[in-house]
Amino acid sequence: MGGEVKPAMLAARIRKERRNAGPSSFVLDVSIEVSPGITILFGPSGAGKSTLLDCLAGLAQPDAGRIAVGGDLLFDSSGAIDIPARKRRIAYVFQTLALFPHLSVEENVQYGLSDLREENRRGRVEEILATFRVENLRKQKPGEISGGERQRIALARSLVTEPRVLLLDEPLTGLDAELKAAIVDDLRAWNAAKRIPILYVTHSREEVDALGERVIAVENGLVVSCGSPMDVLDAPRRKRLAQASGFENLLGGDVLELREADGVMRVRLEESACEIEVPLGYAAAGDRVNVAIRAGDILLATERPHGLSARNLIEGLIISLEPRGTMVMARVECGVVFLAHVTPGAVRTLELTAGRKVWLVLKTHSCHLVE
Amino acid sequence: MDALFLSFRLALCVSAILLVIGMPVAYWLAFSSWRGKFLLESIVALPLVLPPTVLGFYALVAMGPRGPLGKLWIALFGHGLAFTFAGLVLASVLYSFPFAVQPLIASFEGVDRKLLDASAVLGAGRLRTFRRVILPLALPGVVTALVLSFAHTLGEFGVVLMVGGNLAGVTRTVSIDIYDHVQSLEYGQANHMALVLLLISFAVLSVVSAVNRRVWMPWAAK
Repeated sequence: MGGEVKPAMLAARIRKERRNAGPSSFVLDVSIEVSPGITILFGPSGAGKSTLLDCLAGLAQPDAGRIAVGGDLLFDSSGAIDIPARKRRIAYVFQTLALFPHLSVEENVQYGLSDLREENRRGRVEEILATFRVENLRKQKPGEISGGERQRIALARSLVTEPRVLLLDEPLTGLDAELKAAIVDDLRAWNAAKRIPILYVTHSREEVDALGERVIAVENGLVVSCGSPMDVLDAPRRKRLAQASGFENLLGGDVLELREADGVMRVRLEESACEIEVPLGYAAAGDRVNVAIRAGDILLATERPHGLSARNLIEGLIISLEPRGTMVMARVECGVVFLAHVTPGAVRTLELTAGRKVWLVLKTHSCHLVE
Repeated sequence: MDALFLSFRLALCVSAILLVIGMPVAYWLAFSSWRGKFLLESIVALPLVLPPTVLGFYALVAMGPRGPLGKLWIALFGHGLAFTFAGLVLASVLYSFPFAVQPLIASFEGVDRKLLDASAVLGAGRLRTFRRVILPLALPGVVTALVLSFAHTLGEFGVVLMVGGNLAGVTRTVSIDIYDHVQSLEYGQANHMALVLLLISFAVLSVVSAVNRRVWMPWAAK
């Protein structure tokens, strides 16, 4: 330990098969890069997030891959390199926190500093206890303090060792938003000086919105998307994520032509006559793509509208109108069936009924390509 | 009182030795992921089901002048192993092995694996993790192992009879002594010894229960 830590990127390519007792086996196969700052690892339970962290920390061994922090290689299946967990200098805060119940707060925090001399150790412990505002708990046992305090101690215990990377496995679950925000602020303050990559695992969308500078979305062992929280949550590239994030319309289609100058392409939906314009994606003419559209992003008109900037105007017939809470869900047959949200007021003034002819209005950028 | 003193000496030696060799064995059985470890588990448990005379018989054969252990002992110390205190210790170690190892395994396995992971990512090696995390948390198991192997050795009869015989001050333990008294119709003396053994056993088991119910745990979590 010791020495100045230069900010270094964590880069990992990991493949690991998990053989379960049942017939289902699970393959984690990801390639990620985590730069200094907080990166969210987002995905449903069972997506392989914890397995990924275990591999990074050295608690589980990938079947194949390569893990490096800056220029230091921690694992390489081709070069038979596998640095043990205790020498990786990757801190890991578990969901259960795993504080040592028989040791006091102070002893817990000192645990990773056994190589240091007593006087250096004191200073470091004092400093980190102050950073996380838990100086007064020094002599307490983990069983005697509150949940939020335990989380602070777990962070302090990990960070006092000056790790090169910090892994957080849903460490703040069960805390109320205010407490969570306070702890995250302290973590950010600490990292403003150290600038290490922090990989923060969560399955909560709220945490993604609140914390994320960058997001990596994982599902079924694969990275399905990465980028800013907006990119990842609003333009999902996979169907399940799309459904999870509230895209009611998921339609398959064939790319007819690319108009690269306009940044759009034309797609024919589900082998119908219905064609729409969508943002340019990684596709070529003839490719099969999936398009996700929120029901709330579709406008309904009872006459053919003129003078609109929206590029997609689709003629169809209302099949049904079903009340959904404060909204009405309209099913519209246009060769393919679209779901559109309208307000009960709109249903009354436009005299919408089943069988009525309508035009759907869709902005190009309301159409999201999903993989 | 000679016999009682001898029994105590034997039980102390045996439980100390068992603690030392039982820990690594229990550690390995608790944490190894080797698929064949059930075999070793069976071997460890064998003295639980085997009649003491069977165990004693094989121990005697091995320790005899033509047995492998006996030969080795003669080569090292110039005298045989059977019917000596050392031979008795060796046989008793085998006989009480499960009583030390099984509580240790159970208590090691009871330690939350995440704590071991946490220790590893904090830079601790196996030995340090064992010393700082596993051992303190498994302390009730260690006490149980110590106390049970002590008590079990104190009360053994069949193995001692086979391997040690009945030499006053060398191999005549309490249980043999009681048997002797009964054979010679000295019920008074037999009762005296038996009562002492009964009380000791009760005291010992109370200690085990108290420790396992965490009556005496200094760090009992609220």
